[in-house]
Amino acid sequence: MDLDFTPQEQAFRADARAWLADHVPCRPLTSLETRQGFAEHRAWERTLCDGGWSAVSWPREYGGRGASLLEWLVFEEEYYAAGAPFRVSQNGIHLLAPTLLEHGTEEQRARILPAMASGETVWAQAWSEPEAGSDLASLRSAAVRTEGGWLLSGVKTWSSRAAFADRAFGLFRSHPGAARPHQGLTYAMFPLDADGVTVRPIGRLDGKPAFAELFLDGVFVPDADVIGEPGRGWQTAMSTAGSERGLTLRSPGRLAAAAGRLAALWRTAADPDDTALRDRVADAVIRARAYRLYGYAQACAGRLAAGAEASLTKVFWSELDLAVHETALDLLGPDGELAEGAWPDGYVFALAGPIYAGTNEIQRDIIAERLLGLPKGRRG
Amino acid sequence: MRFLPDAEQTAFGRNLDRMFAAADTPSAVRAWARGEHGPGRELWARVAGAGVFGLAVPEAHGGSGLLPVELGVAFVELGRHAAPGPLVETVAAAVLLGRFAGDGLAGAWLPRICTGQVMASLAMPCGGPYALDADAADAVLVVSGDPADDLHLARDCDPVQASLDPARRLARPRDGELLATGPGVREAACCAADWAAFATAAQALGVGLALLDRTVGYARQRTQFGVPIGSFQAVKHRLADVLIGLEFARPLLHGAAVALAGRAPEASAEVAAAKVAACEAAYAAARTALQVHGAVGYTAEYDLSLWIGKARALRGAWGTPAECRAKVLHK
Repeated sequence: MDLDFTPQEQAFRADARAWLADHVPCRPLTSLETRQGFAEHRAWERTLCDGGWSAVSWPREYGGRGASLLEWLVFEEEYYAAGAPFRVSQNGIHLLAPTLLEHGTEEQRARILPAMASGETVWAQAWSEPEAGSDLASLRSAAVRTEGGWLLSGVKTWSSRAAFADRAFGLFRSHPGAARPHQGLTYAMFPLDADGVTVRPIGRLDGKPAFAELFLDGVFVPDADVIGEPGRGWQTAMSTAGSERGLTLRSPGRLAAAAGRLAALWRTAADPDDTALRDRVADAVIRARAYRLYGYAQACAGRLAAGAEASLTKVFWSELDLAVHETALDLLGPDGELAEGAWPDGYVFALAGPIYAGTNEIQRDIIAERLLGLPKGRRG
Repeated sequence: MRFLPDAEQTAFGRNLDRMFAAADTPSAVRAWARGEHGPGRELWARVAGAGVFGLAVPEAHGGSGLLPVELGVAFVELGRHAAPGPLVETVAAAVLLGRFAGDGLAGAWLPRICTGQVMASLAMPCGGPYALDADAADAVLVVSGDPADDLHLARDCDPVQASLDPARRLARPRDGELLATGPGVREAACCAADWAAFATAAQALGVGLALLDRTVGYARQRTQFGVPIGSFQAVKHRLADVLIGLEFARPLLHGAAVALAGRAPEASAEVAAAKVAACEAAYAAARTALQVHGAVGYTAEYDLSLWIGKARALRGAWGTPAECRAKVLHK
């Protein structure tokens, strides 16, 4: 057993580090949950793409580097260690792209992926509905067959980045007579400025428009913008859910950098006699290290934790992210109440972690039923 | 990078698992707790025969060289079966004595540790004043002094005291024959302490896995309100958290093994991280196991008690949670 990187992997790390050192903005960008910040982050995606670093794990033909899973982990470590901005294209690159690579047509991949990699098209996810949250399969937004495509109607909500994004992807009920709620759904992509779409931004806890409600009224989607087979959208979408919950959405490198900043803050700002706080900082460092090593083990096994195993990861990173930020605010004392800055912004962001991408309660159900083999029960 | 156990290491663990399962280990544990060491010594001989102690002994003295990855695999299984005896202490004593190859100490003791003839216990300042199972051990080593530069072979011990884990029996050793002295003892003791903490972490992970396994089995078959209690979310979620804790402790244990194997300067901190994560996960498993089993889990008669007590004891052994956390930050 070892933790050694090959010369090729070391060179990859060195390349990434050198490029990031030259290009990461020296001043932090405005919060990406604001109009100005969104534009700044989109411009940063362009810079990343020009350097060939915006989607390293994709095949080269779509703007990636064909990086291995281990190289991707290395890139993420370097990216966040360098203090580089959060990724406004995250939902597209880590949620939609894996689905397109697995289930999309060649035409879709060629048309959609390069524009996603450059930040020209920023994507939002449109899954939840006012009456369909944890019970996602009960969704009611409809796709009705029309000449050459589908007409989408209904309400989608809690759509992250949708206030300023360009396009969205989501699930719609296309075959309403199906025997089970998971059947008869279709996975469709649509422009957020299309006729029939109304975007109502929603302020998150601190008021920033981090997500939005989408009202759809007969929005036309051509067949070319349906992913996978119509009526089998749930199966198609679940490959995205694995990516969302697993390592990719919140990488070990990102958590490692956050824990590292926390430890640095502790060294400069903490009362050395406060051992309770010291223990929390140590725990954050230990857990971030565990996540990093867990990622290496996954990479060595040649697979990402998908399906039920991804639920372990989701609960772990979301709780760790929150613990890191809560501890930082406690460390800051009176300044921990101030709303402006990387720690409070990260804190408000982290508060959503246990909720989105399937609540941690749903994840624990999945872990218990599919990994531990406990009997299914009625939820709720 | 190959950060996974290989086929041979996995098979080694599986074989130990089978060996303990076939040996009626719980009876040996209960006998050990009564001070009857016969069945435990038989198990000890089998553990030695499987080469476990040799994993902490250089080849020149009959071992396989220091192999922390394999040792970790073995100690997970020792924990999974709640094996009795000063297993960790014998391994740590082997590492300690292995540092004294020049002056005959290693040659005198290590071959007999490998074969299981010598069951050793060990007390060092960093591990507290007690020697585990000193009444059963053939040799009790003591590192003492200020600075801790003296290595003694204990002459005798104070009366044994019961532990919260009935299968662990603690005694304060008294200094005896001086085996070695000087800063070399201190350095060797530091190294041995890392190995002791590492083996304890692995043992704790095994304890946690056994507790989870037994509790999941119980929750599937125990019915209340007409359904298995494992179908209730309150039960499921606690068990899911136990699995998360254990699954994320495992890579830390492997990381610590790699650091120990490479004699990396950060090995102490890596071991401390693994120790606190594994012991916290095992302790959480014990609390959940007790709660999910209800009253039957609270009885000494039910075998679950063998692991519940051990999870508590291992938490503090060879590095308290606070000491480990401090070490992680001050590396």
